Amino acid sequence: MAFIPHTPADVTAMLQAIGAGSIDELFDEIPPELRIGALAGVPEALNEMQVGRLMSERARADGVPLNFIGAGAYEHHIPAAVWGITTRGEFYSAYTPYQAEASQGTLQVIYEFQSMISRLTGMEVANASLYDGASALAEAALMAVRANRKSQAARILLPTTVHPHYRKVARAATGNQGLQFEELPYCTAEGITPAESLRRFDSQDVTALVIQQPNFFGRLEDVDALTRWAQARGTFVIAVVNPTSLALLKPPGQWGGTGVDVAVGEGQPLGVPLAGGGPYFGFMTARAAHVRQMPGRIVGRTLDAAGKPGFTLTLQAREQHIRRAKATSNICTNQGLLVTAATIYLSIMGPEGLRRTAAASHARTAELVAALTTLPGVRRAFPGPHFHEAVLQFDRPVAPVLRTLTVQGIHGGFDLAADYPELDHALLVCATEARTAADIATYRGALAEALKSARAA
Amino acid sequence: MSHTEKVIFEYSRDGRGAHDQWPADTDPAALADLPAGLRRRELPQLPQVSELEAVRHFTRLSQLNFSIDTHFYPLGSCTMKYNPRACNQYAMLPQFLARHPLAPEASGQGFLACLFELQEMLKEVTGMRGVALSPMAGAQGEFAGVAMIRAYHRARGDGERNEIIVPEAAHGTNPATATMCGCVVREIPVDAAGDVDLAALQAVVGPRTAGIMLTNPSTLGVFERRIAEVARIVHEAGGLLYYDGANLNAILGKVRPGDMGFDVIHMNLHKTFSTPHGGGGPGAGAVGVGARLLPFMPIPVVGREEGGYRWLTERDLPQSIGRLSAFMGNAGVLLRAYIYMRLLGRDGMRQVGEFATLNANYLLRRLAAAGFDAAYPQRRASHEFILTLRRQARELNVTAMDFAKRLLDYGFHAPTTYFPLLVPECLLIEPTETESRETLDAFVSALSQILAEAQNEPERVRSAPHTMPVRRLDDVRAARQLDLAWKPSAQQES
Repeated sequence: MAFIPHTPADVTAMLQAIGAGSIDELFDEIPPELRIGALAGVPEALNEMQVGRLMSERARADGVPLNFIGAGAYEHHIPAAVWGITTRGEFYSAYTPYQAEASQGTLQVIYEFQSMISRLTGMEVANASLYDGASALAEAALMAVRANRKSQAARILLPTTVHPHYRKVARAATGNQGLQFEELPYCTAEGITPAESLRRFDSQDVTALVIQQPNFFGRLEDVDALTRWAQARGTFVIAVVNPTSLALLKPPGQWGGTGVDVAVGEGQPLGVPLAGGGPYFGFMTARAAHVRQMPGRIVGRTLDAAGKPGFTLTLQAREQHIRRAKATSNICTNQGLLVTAATIYLSIMGPEGLRRTAAASHARTAELVAALTTLPGVRRAFPGPHFHEAVLQFDRPVAPVLRTLTVQGIHGGFDLAADYPELDHALLVCATEARTAADIATYRGALAEALKSARAA
Repeated sequence: MSHTEKVIFEYSRDGRGAHDQWPADTDPAALADLPAGLRRRELPQLPQVSELEAVRHFTRLSQLNFSIDTHFYPLGSCTMKYNPRACNQYAMLPQFLARHPLAPEASGQGFLACLFELQEMLKEVTGMRGVALSPMAGAQGEFAGVAMIRAYHRARGDGERNEIIVPEAAHGTNPATATMCGCVVREIPVDAAGDVDLAALQAVVGPRTAGIMLTNPSTLGVFERRIAEVARIVHEAGGLLYYDGANLNAILGKVRPGDMGFDVIHMNLHKTFSTPHGGGGPGAGAVGVGARLLPFMPIPVVGREEGGYRWLTERDLPQSIGRLSAFMGNAGVLLRAYIYMRLLGRDGMRQVGEFATLNANYLLRRLAAAGFDAAYPQRRASHEFILTLRRQARELNVTAMDFAKRLLDYGFHAPTTYFPLLVPECLLIEPTETESRETLDAFVSALSQILAEAQNEPERVRSAPHTMPVRRLDDVRAARQLDLAWKPSAQQES
């Protein structure tokens, strides 16, 4: 089933037009010793009905557990219209809008996306998206090194309250270009990065400071104090933000009064399903002064030959297909389809819908934490303000408890033991507006049982 | 397709909204723990529209696009083949969509089985020893490949090797990737027949050679016939061979990069394995490696052991180049590629390469007969081929871009224009295997009519397109008077 329309008569006529005796003859420039026989390691074809059955069986085996994991990917309600429209063939099966006149739909969607994400972050310019939040941070670090001409050091301060996977991606993606990442420890009592911890860099050349808000623990950093430290000394600030939270929290464009230099984040919460890890999209916004150092596609509004407004890819002189080895990045695609979904999501939710989603998520998490910490041996790790995620500490190892919950169809949170071994028996939990009071009660009941059956440490 | 559509903010009215989609409001007391200094003072200025207004707006925008589902899209090097609907439907089963990326492996065995089997099938069709699925696009796959080459040399104490050889016809991502990996790019020419200039290659290899990046068939639409010789020269100099999988569709089921001597390959799953292009992404750039690079694969990889499937991480692959995405790459795209491969099966794989090549050679022959010049007339087309309109540009003062734009009026997406850069006035045409003979004939007919127009009424071609929502756009104005986000005053300009 290779979706090939040719009839035997077509093949004959086409070979005749070419002047070849067989299809095989068309490969006669390939050295014969390289040609292969059957691909034994690929199974025989299934028809669509058989594939449908196979996939449905596998999906059923996985089921839909009750989810309390956040840690960078969040389960929110997605209006049916979002993917109903996003998967229309005209969006789904189009390509990069290089032929602008035949791609005004995709181009205008991206322009509207750039407009919305700029407004949400309070920043001046946005690009058409990057692969995901983590790769967006890596690109932001490279961009800061290019744009911060006052700094020679290519040195980035990276708090350990930034998502551990983001820190790994930033290193993996930039390591060969000589960037140095210096990890900033957090206050283990508070779960935030103290502004005083920056003092030891007062007299040093620091290219950029990364600030994640809310941080990986769900705690709110003192973003104004951290940003002001950087602003005072010509260090760039790269904000990593959760887009849903921005309906309630101060946008990075206002941090420290005049805002940050670059703000990035994971766009998944905006209408993109969890889907096992992707596809998601990263967003990137910046001060207008830095736009020529931005990586990735950017759409601009302009006029056509008749003076009518229209949309086109712009500032392409930054990109790899023009500048080749001197490009700002090797990035070629953006995550167009996910940006389409996010733009529709933001249009349907609007300012009030997004605010209510953020508020409800925050309230549900507070209820979850309150419910679970009534159990003996469960306490909250960090006091102080947080947003829609929080760290709990158990009096015994988390992993066996989570395994017990999994058997009961509950994904109880993200075990911090591997990434933060200094936090004894810590679990990151999250509840969004998609969790109900009944869900929370179910979790509490199951956890009570699981703790009883697990031997205290 | 001549309508235009307002910007969504122009529909916005204070107090309007898709209320039924909103969660119930929260008691402000539940937000009291958020300090005032960290709160947003005013709501973000997002559009306030009804659900129907949003649905209608975005549906109308979709109708301003060309797409595979609506138009022949012979965009060279992009493999715009039919994206089977089944791939989308079964990748979007509710259980797959609900799966959290950090959920336990125990409750994701169905999902992991699909990814593991995808790795195995991709190994088979490319002739490689290992496959890692996490790179999120071709360019990230390239990055992973070159980063692995560097890691390999470093691990052998041969870290001075930092030169990547790239043919001048290569995709721009190749040199850009080499730079991102801290390498120096050495470009080499191709000869008049489109093959790599072996003397130039011989002259450039040496103790600093990290590797070479090649596409085969090359971006010139022809098979690199002396690939075994290229591999020998580079390997003898101590370098590794990187295969850019952009053109894998041409050889699927016929030849395998691993057998040609390549050490590492990236595959564009959105091309060869028909996952959607989505208006410019998501792609997926899985990488395959030979034995020497197995320890360096990017994580996570799916492993199988007694008891089931699990993620392999840095604990299993301590020499890995690391993690390239927050979670598992473009997982949903991987599911679509898996479904596509299961639908095609082993015989379907071979048919892809065969019929893609048949269509390209047929189209080339017919266009040559209609008066167009092939860039490499003495060569077979692979799955794509290049026309050069140098003669028309000189004699008629009508450029390849003019032809491309006029094709839009005839209901065909334009081929890739002006790539590769070394062929003047070129159109890179890739019909793919899923197009019928009638469609190809209609395309020939359209290009023939445009050629006649170029001779008889050239201004009609030069000023095309005439039937699109907009005429040619002012790119210079777009770059000089940047308008990257909508402002209420921006509409005054129109």
